[in-house]
Amino acid sequence: MKCRKCGQKAIINMRQHKLALCQEHYPEWIVEQAQRFIEKYHMFSREERVLVAVSGGKDSLSLWDILWRLGYQADGLYIGLGIDGGFDYSDESRRLAEKFAAERGLRLHIVDIPETYGETIPLMADRTTRGRGRPCAVCGMTKRHVMNRVARDQEYDVLVTGHNLDDEAAVLFANTLNWAVGYLRRQSPVLGARTGMPRKAKPLCRFYEREMAAYALVRGIEYIYDECPYAVGSKTIYYKEILNTMENDRPGAKLSFYLSFLQAKEGGLFAPPSIGDDEAEEYGASGEALHTCPTCGQPTTAPGECAFCRMVSRTPQI
Amino acid sequence: MTAKLILRNKEYEVKAGTTVRHALEKIGVNSESVLATHDGVLITDDEIILEGEVIKLVAVISGGDGGVSPHE
Repeated sequence: MKCRKCGQKAIINMRQHKLALCQEHYPEWIVEQAQRFIEKYHMFSREERVLVAVSGGKDSLSLWDILWRLGYQADGLYIGLGIDGGFDYSDESRRLAEKFAAERGLRLHIVDIPETYGETIPLMADRTTRGRGRPCAVCGMTKRHVMNRVARDQEYDVLVTGHNLDDEAAVLFANTLNWAVGYLRRQSPVLGARTGMPRKAKPLCRFYEREMAAYALVRGIEYIYDECPYAVGSKTIYYKEILNTMENDRPGAKLSFYLSFLQAKEGGLFAPPSIGDDEAEEYGASGEALHTCPTCGQPTTAPGECAFCRMVSRTPQI
Repeated sequence: MTAKLILRNKEYEVKAGTTVRHALEKIGVNSESVLATHDGVLITDDEIILEGEVIKLVAVISGGDGGVSPHE
């Protein structure tokens, strides 16, 4: 198969776009498309300060690389979760995030959860009813809390995450199966700032997961390949596999699912987003009036401390 | 006339002379979920696998349930 731009040997074929590209033109295309999406969804400008949530995985490191190449003022935030899984998962992720930042001379904020809150994520999950042996729920809530806090305290204009199209399609699929309208209403490539929370954007939301892995490989980005031990067998992965089965038979199925959802929202099928899509668990899915947590200052649905501050015993410090 | 596919340290013997896509179908791996590499370079799935070649597959799916609705 030949590259559409130069006729050299292609390294990737994106069947949904009927587009094959070579080693040279593929990363160029990704960067151009990312810029197009940033502009199309009014995510942020070059004058604004961007905080990239970095996990050490292919998506977030590729996103940081793309923003760096595009000339954005993008700093990183790594959150150490204290997950071992028998292969030093968190330590290795942190090493890779630090290595990436050092190689490019970029600034990386680090918040270590065990150091800051006295417990690893698995221990927090074991201790709380929220976890019920499922650290992912506690992990998600903790990461969102820390990301909001660092973005606010360090005065970033926007927080960006490496969610790709497969992530977005899997969440959309899960919420559609349950007609979780509150969550569907909030799913968007960009969400405006609210009191205590920064604007949030997902510049990779139209790239397939496969494309981001290919970008990382072509760019020589060293990322953590092993899956988080707690993600093995997760529902997210289950939904992604179902969607990929459809995609295999009908190229473009995932993209069409996500884009037609966005189009339906634009057409007024859902009310405009009111709070962050990922925050619904902590901040209420049905748009309740929000209060301010007296401990951390972030929004919460009920008067008094937010779910995160109730979960941890210490006041956050970095 | 065989070749080898490797995915997460697991080896699969496949018939040489077929495409990567066909070989993936034979071993029950969805081509949307992996990237194929030969000698460290990405290859497209229409590539014919030659005898004795070793094709390394990179799994691309990841994700925990931290961002998914608790209503599921």
